[in-house]
Amino acid sequence: MSVGTIALTPARTGSPKTVGIAGLILAVVAWVITLPPFLVRSPVPSVILALLAMLAGSIAAVGGERRIGIGAFLLALLALGLAFGNTSSGVAHLKLVFTWSILVAAMLRYATPLLFAALGGIICERSGVINIGLEGMMLMGAYFGIYGADVLHSWALGCLVAVAAGGLLALAHAVFSIHLRANQVVSGTGINFLAVGITGYFFIAQYGSNGTPSGISQVPNVKLPLIQHVGFFGGAIGNTNLLTWIALLLVPVLSVFLFRTRWGLRLRAVGEKPRAADTVGLPVIPIRYVAVVTSGMLAALGGAYLSVAFVGSFNQDMTEGRGFIALAAVIFGKWRPAGALIATLLFGFGSALGDRLPTFSQSAATLFQALPYVLTLVAVAGVVGRSRAPASIGIPYVKE
Amino acid sequence: MSTVDEETQGEVLAGEEDTASASLTSPARLGAYVRRGGVLVPILTTLIAFIVGGFVVLLTGHDPFSTYKAIFEGTGLQWLFPWVSGNARSTAAFNLQQTLIATTPLILVGLAVAFAFRAGLFNIGGQGQYTVGGITAVWIGSSFAGMSPVLHITFAIVGAALAGAVWAGIAGLLKATLGVNEVISTIMLNWIAIWGGVWLFGLGGPLQNPHQPSVPTSSQVTASAKLPVFWGNAQLQGLHIGLFIALAAVLVFWVLLNRTRLGYEVRAVGLNPDAASYAGIGVAKNYFRAMAICGAFAGIAAAMDILGWKFSLFTNDVQASSVGFLGIAVALLGRNTAVGVVFAALLFGALETGTSDRFLDPSVFDPNLATNLTWMIQGLIVLLVSTDVIALKVLQSGRGIRLTFKRRAKREEAGA
Repeated sequence: MSVGTIALTPARTGSPKTVGIAGLILAVVAWVITLPPFLVRSPVPSVILALLAMLAGSIAAVGGERRIGIGAFLLALLALGLAFGNTSSGVAHLKLVFTWSILVAAMLRYATPLLFAALGGIICERSGVINIGLEGMMLMGAYFGIYGADVLHSWALGCLVAVAAGGLLALAHAVFSIHLRANQVVSGTGINFLAVGITGYFFIAQYGSNGTPSGISQVPNVKLPLIQHVGFFGGAIGNTNLLTWIALLLVPVLSVFLFRTRWGLRLRAVGEKPRAADTVGLPVIPIRYVAVVTSGMLAALGGAYLSVAFVGSFNQDMTEGRGFIALAAVIFGKWRPAGALIATLLFGFGSALGDRLPTFSQSAATLFQALPYVLTLVAVAGVVGRSRAPASIGIPYVKE
Repeated sequence: MSTVDEETQGEVLAGEEDTASASLTSPARLGAYVRRGGVLVPILTTLIAFIVGGFVVLLTGHDPFSTYKAIFEGTGLQWLFPWVSGNARSTAAFNLQQTLIATTPLILVGLAVAFAFRAGLFNIGGQGQYTVGGITAVWIGSSFAGMSPVLHITFAIVGAALAGAVWAGIAGLLKATLGVNEVISTIMLNWIAIWGGVWLFGLGGPLQNPHQPSVPTSSQVTASAKLPVFWGNAQLQGLHIGLFIALAAVLVFWVLLNRTRLGYEVRAVGLNPDAASYAGIGVAKNYFRAMAICGAFAGIAAAMDILGWKFSLFTNDVQASSVGFLGIAVALLGRNTAVGVVFAALLFGALETGTSDRFLDPSVFDPNLATNLTWMIQGLIVLLVSTDVIALKVLQSGRGIRLTFKRRAKREEAGA
């Protein structure tokens, strides 16, 4: 930055970026005040707040922070519409839909499988290998998790079987995309087909048309004795599944690993500039292998959450595209664990809200399911900050 | 020339190909290898996939030979054998009609993926383009009753093609203007289209059948928009003329790609966008055009299904359909060529019919297992096709053999 630009930049409190962020916050506030527990019944305050947010967004956009500015403007527009909707619908309905503790609990339930798979996706893609096969790896975890838990009478062993199965399928992806220098998108697509076939075949061969039996050992919930009965927190996180906590814990762990440790740096180097990494003596190919297999294991744990923890049974193709939402979360979160957490919580919140929206309108609830994909499309288009992939993603590495 | 010389020459050639491939876009690189591999590689790939599938059947306690035989009989392909007669022949004819009905959309979605490949793009969005095409076809087909059949059918097909083109065009536009990776955008557009369809035909949705308020389905296509049946009984789902439309599309694909300026530009961009741009070819423009054409093919595929035999769309169909995804397998196995796509589509269409619970004899093999066996075989085929290293190995040995033959022939000529 040159001296001239510094001189022209206003005081920090009034910088375009701050104004833009203030706009974003104002827009959210405009919506939130019409919801429980605030329940403002007149649209006027929301209109004023939204207009202020649009103004702030415009100022920020003119001041050079185009993406945040436009983002604030659009969000304010959205908030305005939602606020109008809220103020014109009944209080009873609103209270039913927006029971925050239940919403948060449901959000965590929906986010957990996505988070596992997204964290796996981050590791894989940071090493320079595209993983379209997350969906298939999740599916492997979902079936072999419940199969293991059923046969070995233990949810823990079931999860281990799931992780092994997901890792094995990921190994196939690794062999093809690293060793055989396959087109990684094609190989990932093949992995997805293969997983549908393998899980479906063994499911039918093992359980027939009756499906998995009831009473299979399930991953327990963690009951927090101190806050279990404390209002909002009790309802939201007082009785949450063990795997959810593990997934949440993995976010800082992976974040520190990727950005604060030597091996994290090596992993990223391999994904950005494999030739340079090779030159300084890093084992590019083994690192990629480990990354891909780890991603399969994590995705499988996400799948196992669905069958062994959430539902307690398996049905064919039960992941229903969640692997692709996880992939969306990886991109939406800019290939960062914290970003993926925010993305999966956002998508999870969307699903949780979608579950309760039929109170208002069934069809609106359906349309809500498309939200993660629309948001990701907007994100990759660069409207709210460009999402940049690791530089060498998708390019097989050939040692000189 | 000695044999040593030949060997070094072969190595040099392979080396050249390696460095050349590094600068190409990855779909173009794959496409190039895949095309040069001839018909040998796809046939080998298919054989390996079927053999692995056979082992899975064997491991789970069934006889792979009788299983594959039953699947083959379900496809109706034995109709082509002149010695099949009487009752068996009429059953085979009916089954073959169903196989070809399944083949028709697969040809078209295969073309949709293949065309993108030739432009250096990876169209994973066939499913989404197929879905919006289907929505449009069922909407046009069920409205405008009383139109003349030719006009109504044309209108519905063109509408579906346009809808698919617009849907794929979004990805093309994002790629052309903002450089958004088409793999990501088409995946997202797939799911947006699917949920959009579920919303439109779901309970209370804008296009839900008003006569059946409790069923999540669209209105029925009127008689004037149904494709005529030319083989078999129209009441029993005989073969509709969509097959010819698909074959015509194959011809259009070939001519467009190989005999027009547009096709030349698209291929140039696919092989090397930098060189194409240097030669004055608009890369962004061609990305958009190529995607729109892909989408049109996929949209027509959906129109064939809707106007040919489905006649309405249930939300379940929208969610469970995988025709568009299979298009990827069809295009790859068909080496992104016009003729290859037809044969690959026939293989997958036959597999789909032969393993369905309508046509597979359950006393031999459970159709529920068989449909999953199909998925496995398709997955293996896509996986094996994804790598050019295997193809390259076959290619090199193949060229070695050919060169030796040519040399020997020349020597003999000279000797004589």
